[in-house]
Amino acid sequence: MRTAIVRDVSGLPHHGFGPRALTWWGTLSFMSLETSGFVLAAGAYLYLMTRAPKWPLNAPLPDHWPGTIVALLLLASMPLNLLLSRWAHAEEMKKVRFGLVGMCILGILPLIVRIFEFPSLNIRWDSNAYGSVMWFLLGLHTAHLITDVGDTLVLTALMFTRHGYAGRRFSDVSDNCFYWDFVVLAWLPIYALLYWVPRLT
Amino acid sequence: MTKCASEIRDTALDDGALSARLAHIWGTPKTFWGFMTTVDHKEIGRRYIVTALFFLLLGGLAAVVMRLQLGSPDNKLVGPDLYNQLFTMHGSTMMFLFAVPIMETIAVYLVPLMIGTRNVAFPRLNAFSYWVYLFGGLMLWAAFFVNTGPDAGWFSYVPLAGPQYGIGKRSDFWAQMITYTELSGLAVAVEIIVTVFKMRAPGMTLDRIPLFVWAALVTAFMILFAMPAVMVSSTMLILDRLVGTHFFNWAEGGDSLLWQHLFWFFGHPEVYFIFIPATGIVSAIIPAFTRRRMFGYVALVLSLIGTGFLAFGLWVHHMFVTGLPRLGESFFTASSMAVAIPSGIQIFCWIATLWDGKLRLRTPLLFVFGFIVNFVIGGLSGVMVASVPIDTQVHDTYFVVAHFHYVLIGGAVFPLLGGIYYWFPKFYGRMLNERLGRWNFWLAMIGFNLAFFPMHILGLMGMPRRVYTYPAEMGWGGLNLLSTVGASIFVLSFLVLVLNIIRSLRSGEIAGDNPWDAGTLEWAATSPPEPQNFSRIPVVTDREPLWQNPETLPVIGGMHADRREILVSTLVEATPEVLESSPQATIWPFIAAMVTSVTLLASIFTPWAIVWGALPVGIALTGWFWPGGEKEDES
Repeated sequence: MRTAIVRDVSGLPHHGFGPRALTWWGTLSFMSLETSGFVLAAGAYLYLMTRAPKWPLNAPLPDHWPGTIVALLLLASMPLNLLLSRWAHAEEMKKVRFGLVGMCILGILPLIVRIFEFPSLNIRWDSNAYGSVMWFLLGLHTAHLITDVGDTLVLTALMFTRHGYAGRRFSDVSDNCFYWDFVVLAWLPIYALLYWVPRLT
Repeated sequence: MTKCASEIRDTALDDGALSARLAHIWGTPKTFWGFMTTVDHKEIGRRYIVTALFFLLLGGLAAVVMRLQLGSPDNKLVGPDLYNQLFTMHGSTMMFLFAVPIMETIAVYLVPLMIGTRNVAFPRLNAFSYWVYLFGGLMLWAAFFVNTGPDAGWFSYVPLAGPQYGIGKRSDFWAQMITYTELSGLAVAVEIIVTVFKMRAPGMTLDRIPLFVWAALVTAFMILFAMPAVMVSSTMLILDRLVGTHFFNWAEGGDSLLWQHLFWFFGHPEVYFIFIPATGIVSAIIPAFTRRRMFGYVALVLSLIGTGFLAFGLWVHHMFVTGLPRLGESFFTASSMAVAIPSGIQIFCWIATLWDGKLRLRTPLLFVFGFIVNFVIGGLSGVMVASVPIDTQVHDTYFVVAHFHYVLIGGAVFPLLGGIYYWFPKFYGRMLNERLGRWNFWLAMIGFNLAFFPMHILGLMGMPRRVYTYPAEMGWGGLNLLSTVGASIFVLSFLVLVLNIIRSLRSGEIAGDNPWDAGTLEWAATSPPEPQNFSRIPVVTDREPLWQNPETLPVIGGMHADRREILVSTLVEATPEVLESSPQATIWPFIAAMVTSVTLLASIFTPWAIVWGALPVGIALTGWFWPGGEKEDES
């Protein structure tokens, strides 16, 4: 088929941030499907709760402190995450590197606390359905935490190489910040389900 | 913005030189290494389709054995244990390894061509999804061949599939196959969404998107929100079986109905993952063979979206006999009947288009007619079983088997076959033979109806599903024999298709770019398309761009001609906003899929596999993302 050029796009940029980047939409899509998984797992928790004669089922209340500390640590990471996203938009390499190292530390700290969180549920996964669903929800969030911290570590290493100067890497950093917001915000309802709903019933 | 001194733009080259240059940059070498590393959506799409058809063959053979077994009373061809495995393998294969993947991956092949771009949004993820899907399907069938095929039905109800009753590793293989196929299905859904949202040719506003692409988009969204349900439930099942959790164990506070809720929250939308793309195929075929623009475009788009939403409100109608509250049953009866409204709107729009058009009665359109007839029959029996009293009577009988085969084969396989005849020339550059096509259609139509219509009557006579045989005194022998004869004719129709494909690949009539004189953009590409699809990205000003501009395609200029580059555009108006690089071929998705698959397979035997497997999976993913220094990585 013959063609006729009717428009020139040579002036367009080679990378974009936020909704102008494909990876941002990919991240949003993955966040949506993971939210769906979290909601269904939470639904399973509530379903089993309505079926149980009492909740927690034949177990002491979970100790909320490790979970609370994780929540506080995650919330405390938000300001740096926000700043890092801004620095990435401005493509300020030194600040981006600093921010990424900071986010690695702020990501690893809650993972260390998480090690103590599982025993503090005060029930094993194989004791009864209540224990199973508690471990399931906590495991699901831990998997997300590990994945994003792993991703942040790789990205941090990348930004200390020559590859980091490519414009699209700054866009990757900002998308990584976007995903971290999700990991933090996803924890809050799960935290409420795990530690405070049993105290209400 | 990054500028390179040596960059070459397409405006500096004439059409021939640009095409040759881009074909080299985007091409897949015809070597083993090229095969393993390609990220071309057409290569992967074709591979996906061939693999899905291979699984169709396997699932079909399982059905043939079942039909032979049921063809006469008291038959001893297969015993009850093998029969249980056969119907489970048949259902699981057809749903998870054939129907959903083939519908998704026809979109993988066609969507970029239809919206005027060069690849899908995340090509490496696409390659990864294929390998994971392949390994998952092979694993399931390998297990079957060593007598470890799942045997608790395609929906794997607990407690039958749970640790108390599900012997050996059979149900574990089923549950893990779900992980593989859902992983790949979700990956493709993400690609399709981002591709349609952000990579449409300039000017392809939301109301100019081809209906097939709308169907693919709605399906991708449904997959995004429904598939996690079956991943959550199958993970719970495998945990119950492997590490002693109690999600579905009544004795320890679990609930077997939790399985059914989670499974059908996915399982019912799954029917629409299959049906909605099929309606997209129909909406692509009808305008081309009526020479008329589709009647009621907006109504059709809204119907697709409406069906997508309603599909999430129907799952409980699979559970009417589980003793749910009456109010809940009434609600789900109403919603099950309501879904007939958008489906009805679609059918009326198609009929109106056919009514007003100049019909060209070629094979693709024949299959559309077959679809309309068969699907309406399936829809009518669907409205019947949406009613609780009728459902209670016919639940788990052959009436239900007849219903869902009419919906799935009539509603999806007939359009799919029409789609194969319609797009084959685009895929391979040659036409399928029309005479064999008509034989194919009529054998399929007669065979299918002979095979499945008698099942309605058998169901009403009380024949239950999933019985490996029945005594002669029941009086079911005649109709079962008729059904087996019909199934044989149906199989014959597929053999005609295979013969047609083989003949046409060798000596079929050369198709040319647009053999049907259709209006959508995929027909502007060469047949088969060049590796880059379009050397210059088209500009769209109409819903049927090639009908508006039959001679000269308006295009954009100014893209790089020295790298893999795609145009990112805005969500609503499709205004160009970024020139983004598209990833090069790489072996890492294959490696990542391999280590993921080995990890998942090993986890059937020990939960520690997840811990050991995390490191190689992490290494593979790092290798995948780490830049290799090409222009595509550094821009």
